[in-house]
Amino acid sequence: MTATTLEKVRPELVRGRGGGGPASTRTVVAYGFWIFILSDITMFSALFAAYAVLSDRTAGGPTASEVINLRHVFIETMCLLASSYTCGLGALSAERRQPDRYLVYSVLTFVLGAAFLLIEIADFADMARMGAGPSRSAFLSAFWALVGMHGAHVTSGLLWLVYMVAQVLAKGLLPHVLRRQLCFSLFWHALDIIWVGVLTVVYLMGAR
Amino acid sequence: MLGKLSWSAIPFDQPLPLYAMGVVGLVILAVLGIIARKGWWPYLWSEWLTSVDHKRIGVMYFILGLVMLIRGYSDAIMMRSQQAIAIGGAEGYLPPDHYNQIFSSHGTIMIFFVAMPFVIGLMNFVVPLQLGVRDVAFPVLNSVSFWLTASGALLINVSLVIGNFARTGWMCYPPLSELAFSQDVGVDYYLWLLLISGIGTLLAGINMVTTILKLRAPGMTYFRMPVFCWSALVSSILIVVAFPVLTATFVMLLLDRHLGAHFFTNDAGGNMMMYVNLFWAWGHPEVYILILPAFGIFSEVIATFSGKPLFSYHSMVYALLAICVLSFMVWLHHFFTMGASADVNAFFGIMSMIIGVPTGVKVFNWLFTMFRGRLVFRTPVLFSLGFIVTFVIGGMTGVLLAVPPIDFVLHNSVFLVAHFHNVIIGGVVFGAMAGYNYWFPKAFGFTLSEGWGKASFWCWIIGFYLAFTPLYVLGLMGMTRRLQHIADPTWRPLLLVAELGAIVIFLAILCQAMQLYVSIRTRESRRDVTGDPWNGRTLEWSTSSPPPAYNFAVLPRVETIDAFSEMKRRGVRAAVQSAYEKIEMPRNSPLAFVIAFFAVVAGFALIWQMWWLAILGLLAILVMVMVFGWSEDRQHEISAAEMARMERARLARGRPA
Amino acid sequence: MEGPDRLYDRTPGVEDQEPTANFLSYTTGFGLAVLLTIASFIVSQTDLLWPPGIPAGLVVLAFAQIGVHLVFFLHIGTGPDNTNNIVALAFGLFIVLLVIGGSCLIIANLNANMMPMPMNIPR
Repeated sequence: MTATTLEKVRPELVRGRGGGGPASTRTVVAYGFWIFILSDITMFSALFAAYAVLSDRTAGGPTASEVINLRHVFIETMCLLASSYTCGLGALSAERRQPDRYLVYSVLTFVLGAAFLLIEIADFADMARMGAGPSRSAFLSAFWALVGMHGAHVTSGLLWLVYMVAQVLAKGLLPHVLRRQLCFSLFWHALDIIWVGVLTVVYLMGAR
Repeated sequence: MLGKLSWSAIPFDQPLPLYAMGVVGLVILAVLGIIARKGWWPYLWSEWLTSVDHKRIGVMYFILGLVMLIRGYSDAIMMRSQQAIAIGGAEGYLPPDHYNQIFSSHGTIMIFFVAMPFVIGLMNFVVPLQLGVRDVAFPVLNSVSFWLTASGALLINVSLVIGNFARTGWMCYPPLSELAFSQDVGVDYYLWLLLISGIGTLLAGINMVTTILKLRAPGMTYFRMPVFCWSALVSSILIVVAFPVLTATFVMLLLDRHLGAHFFTNDAGGNMMMYVNLFWAWGHPEVYILILPAFGIFSEVIATFSGKPLFSYHSMVYALLAICVLSFMVWLHHFFTMGASADVNAFFGIMSMIIGVPTGVKVFNWLFTMFRGRLVFRTPVLFSLGFIVTFVIGGMTGVLLAVPPIDFVLHNSVFLVAHFHNVIIGGVVFGAMAGYNYWFPKAFGFTLSEGWGKASFWCWIIGFYLAFTPLYVLGLMGMTRRLQHIADPTWRPLLLVAELGAIVIFLAILCQAMQLYVSIRTRESRRDVTGDPWNGRTLEWSTSSPPPAYNFAVLPRVETIDAFSEMKRRGVRAAVQSAYEKIEMPRNSPLAFVIAFFAVVAGFALIWQMWWLAILGLLAILVMVMVFGWSEDRQHEISAAEMARMERARLARGRPA
Repeated sequence: MEGPDRLYDRTPGVEDQEPTANFLSYTTGFGLAVLLTIASFIVSQTDLLWPPGIPAGLVVLAFAQIGVHLVFFLHIGTGPDNTNNIVALAFGLFIVLLVIGGSCLIIANLNANMMPMPMNIPR
């Protein structure tokens, strides 16, 4: 397509698109973090691919349906989803400069996220006890790695949340604190998106 | 306490590496001593090591690449020499154990610590200047990226002396790289140091994508960006989506080795073919990450030195975008012989041929740019012409290898080795050297010696053809890669020619060292006073050489492609303004250096399984990040009056634009 | 540069650029996501959906849940100001499908072609 054809179809691409000069710091930071999220999703996709390829290689050991506790998974999922909701409400409060509400929602987010993590760790402990550790078979290695990597991200997110709350308490809702809060919400929502994938591919399909 | 570390880790019984490191150690101490005696440490610390300025970081990346080139080259000459000597009954001087480590470290160093730093360094230096802005999107993150890459480089050098490096080849395929077959720390060195530098590279990619998409001078729409910025954008996008795959793959291999997992093992359901698959899902985009910025450099150089705008800017951009998408659809051609059926192989074979088309478009555009131009045969142009010839040959052998039945004969032969050196040396190295000669005056304020530059080019190109043409022939004769001993004496003449080629390449490197030395000694006579030594077309040439820390006192207003050419055509000159605005620039910070220090500590500890030290190192990094994040005083202001003063001084030194 | 920025530069999740980012949108999103999640569990554990179609159904529901997150929590829209974000997302999705789908196809093909080892060869 020549330049003139493109100009007729999407003039903003040729003439005026992106000519507004450097974007604001807030936009730059948020977009940069969005690109980081995409890189993280790509990393998870490699782990998903390994799981998909190895999910039937149980080497005579426990299969998916034998290690999955769907009741726990349902509760975990609801906790994480609810924590995404409270995180969003926290972001709104931060934007509206309501630090008290922000703190309440942040505490709720933390509690729900921690609940998710505790249930998951308990399940992992059960699996280890029944001899379904990561070294038992390729399937279990992939299971532990994928779910464990997600759990490690949730753990980092919770630590980050504590650090965020500390900053808000100490400094208030300054512009740079708000930018970081923005990055945190992006991260937390992205983790829930990845969990939808884990839930579907690993747990719901595995438990059948 | 000390994990697996003990005195036996140091190869006292093997004189070669010990003496080599002894010499290197002395050189390092001498350099550090000279710096101390001349009192340069405070300057180096505050202006370079803690710098968050993209120009300084770019220069440091490039210096890292040049230094590691020497190490990577040493590995190469050792391999070539061994293959030239150990023919028929002769044993050579390198036992297989060493030889295997040498070819593994050669590949790892050249790709991760020479080619990547060259490319990322040039992107770092040039892109913000070409975009007409003051720095990249995240300056402190930029310095973290560089220092983490340097950490990886340090660790791979440490592996020479303490312990050993992987013996698996630079791709580290299981099951050989699994614990059952590589019990020592070699593979752990490989995995941990590449994970550390990989994080640095990923952050650099994110930084560059954000900068190019969100930070451009007013009026610079996407289709007014210089082509080098487009190539940097596509390369950085590829970094962002490819490197995480490598990270995940290495994590899985580490889990196999240290937690007894079974991703890629022989038993309990592991599938080692999955490693090969995932590795190359990263590996193919990686080669495009390396070559695309080189394409961008050639576009800039050819257009500037032809005195004409680049032919068909739009098709150049579309070719880049096509390569971006296609580069993810060819990766199986790296393992045609692993056993996929004919239809799968055929699909990837056809895709691998299709991906040659956008590159072909670019080659024709470069030729048409030169056509009816007034080409000036300076060093960057020589490298560009050498690239066009050499890279096209290399690309053609690539398309040949893309035919699966042919690849069945040539896979893992030295024909393949010749092919990828053909495209990497002819493409990436020549591009880096062209960029180095082209932008050196901008970075340092004086041009490089033309005579020595031309000498280095001729040595590079003659050396390359001498070293690798025999390998094409030998590959067709059946010689496989990575041979420590050659059984067939009829191969000797060709191997000797290859050895000669390697020596000529050494001369090329010497010429470049001389070029630098001579240029520094005679720098007053080759000062770049105008800031525009080549009659450039893009915005970086509108600044002084070197540019001030803030690049542009007033961000330029861009109305066309080749914004600086347009400015010159209209006679726009940056006079001293009546009123400047105050600007904020980021302060330098020791954060990156400190993080890298602890990364080396933690990496070394993880490799040698000193878990307490690893945890301490990682915690230290976390604490540093949290402490840095807490501080608020990270910008410094340049007042309007100071801007006016600096601009007046700069313009009084005789720079018109 | 807030003026033109406002027109051309929306970023996912940024609240003050969004007139639609409010309590209602988050609550609607949450409600939809809960329903879709429950639906996934039901589809997976019962025979409400035709059994051979259950994997496909679960995938569709997963995409729907992800879509809800993107639209209601991250405010990804379709206006011209969102182009960069959509393009980034689309490219990311392309890569994810290639890596996962490509790996599955390739490894399945390779596995099918691996020679079975005869049991009587001494190891």
